[in-house]
Amino acid sequence: METKKTTGGERLYKAFIYVCLSILAITIIVPVAWVFMASVKENSEFMGNPWALPAGFHWQNFTDAWVKARMGEYFFNSVVVTALALVILLVVALPAAYVLARYRFRGSKLWNIMFMGGLFINVNYIVVPIFLMFVEGDKVARSVLGHSFFLNNIVVVALVYAATALPFTIYLLSGYFATLPMAYEEAAYVDGASYFTTMIRIIMPMAKPSIITVILFNFLSFWNEYIIAMTLLTDPNGGKTLPVGLMNLMKAQNAAAQYGQLYAGLVMVMLPTLILYICVQKKLTQGMTLGGLKG
Amino acid sequence: MKNQKGRGRFIAICLTPAIVLFFIFMVIPTINVFRMSLYKWGGYSANKQFVGLDNFVTLFGDAKFCQSFQNTLLLIVVVTLITIGFALLFAAILTREKLHGQNFFRVVFYIPNILSVVIISAIFSAIYDPNRGMLNSILMLFNPENKVLWLGDQKIVIFSLAAAMIWQAIGYYMVMYMASMSAVDSSLYECADLEGASRLTQFFSITIPLIWTNIRTTLTFFVISSINLSFLFVKAMTSGGPDGSTEVFLSYMYKQAYTNSSYGYGMAIGVVVFLFSFALSAIINLATKREPLEI
Repeated sequence: METKKTTGGERLYKAFIYVCLSILAITIIVPVAWVFMASVKENSEFMGNPWALPAGFHWQNFTDAWVKARMGEYFFNSVVVTALALVILLVVALPAAYVLARYRFRGSKLWNIMFMGGLFINVNYIVVPIFLMFVEGDKVARSVLGHSFFLNNIVVVALVYAATALPFTIYLLSGYFATLPMAYEEAAYVDGASYFTTMIRIIMPMAKPSIITVILFNFLSFWNEYIIAMTLLTDPNGGKTLPVGLMNLMKAQNAAAQYGQLYAGLVMVMLPTLILYICVQKKLTQGMTLGGLKG
Repeated sequence: MKNQKGRGRFIAICLTPAIVLFFIFMVIPTINVFRMSLYKWGGYSANKQFVGLDNFVTLFGDAKFCQSFQNTLLLIVVVTLITIGFALLFAAILTREKLHGQNFFRVVFYIPNILSVVIISAIFSAIYDPNRGMLNSILMLFNPENKVLWLGDQKIVIFSLAAAMIWQAIGYYMVMYMASMSAVDSSLYECADLEGASRLTQFFSITIPLIWTNIRTTLTFFVISSINLSFLFVKAMTSGGPDGSTEVFLSYMYKQAYTNSSYGYGMAIGVVVFLFSFALSAIINLATKREPLEI
């Protein structure tokens, strides 16, 4: 067979494609790299040309952001909320997804439909009623405990994160569980394993790839979330998560002109996700086709 | 076989926590959105007054709401068309052509998707800054007199916002389409090549029809998530300003509920958003229905 000759037009087309792709890549890399560059600039440098390289490494920005802008504290809060939410989510969603995918019982169809319907409910639609529910709850808590409990509590924020991620997570996991052959359970039951042992010892280890996908996606969404955190952590001087703290810094930025601190803060939020992404990018871009959707 | 009682108990234990969380944090708040829309309620005060559909009557005479409706529609149409269009095009190029650095482009294009909307907003605020912004500093090379207020001009600001939304979404959808395009049988393209079909013809008569189901699903979810994402961007970047020119559905709802403390009115907006998004996804589903192609 004859191989196709590379004509002039063909080569021009290739070059054109490379140019297009490169332009798109540059529009993505440059702004992100610019933030890293700006994070080590001194405040006075922000008055000049934005494209100028930093005069030196002004690490003071990071210390300022970490201590003065309380980013260190917010960072810790974000880590706790994200980790806690992931643990709650997995403990609750894994057994539920397993049962929903592999057992037929009275109401199993109904629950499957309910959780599917939950995919259409966006958290931001219902954040106001959730907030009001906690306001009511705090009235009760104050009369019983003597202090408020629900608002300004990062554990509650983690619980809300986990609960609102349930439909997507269950959808993704049960999609995987449904593909496993029934023979695994049958063999385990014949050997005398209980339902719980079968689930934990046999099924869960097999579901490891999907569990990792679930953790990745939810890590990103919990770490980056700010509407719920902003709404439920109302105390202006209280604990916040990193994105919320960053947003306050952004709003205050014009008045105080603390650009260096702001960009140092941006780097702190960005860096963990970027590092994670670089480590697992294959998994992430493959995993997304598993679920095929995102809220 | 195991006894029925143990099986029932296992199912109940696995499913109950998920159902409880799902009900408390998703189902009840959703019901509350609809219920509260029928009340005139200041939120913190106990006196709720049932006003029937009065909130909705006020809503449709509210010029600001109409503006937020228009803005939402404009963003949905512009962002969806451009994002999906470009994502399909780039995905087709990256899957069909043999290019160097294919993986590099894929990895880079996905980066915006892992960043928090707060970060993207901060980056774009730095790009759009009228005095020290990256965009204006480039434009001033050509036209030193013309200073564009990207976020300050009421006519431009909505498109500045759209650009940020496209920037963050394009890679995600591209990777998604790449996955389904690579599943298309390559012998089809070889056939088309022999018949002398151009790349464009191949794209429209082979690629698009074969991944149509995938395009349909992503289209529905993209539109729904645009309603939500536009809120996140508006909240972090413009707060609806200048003078309401970037107000969208959910940001207006949030503003009414919190800043104005008119919870009943805010929830009426919430109901409209719910119904709107359901109606829209139904319409898209009907409009894009094709006979599934099978080869």
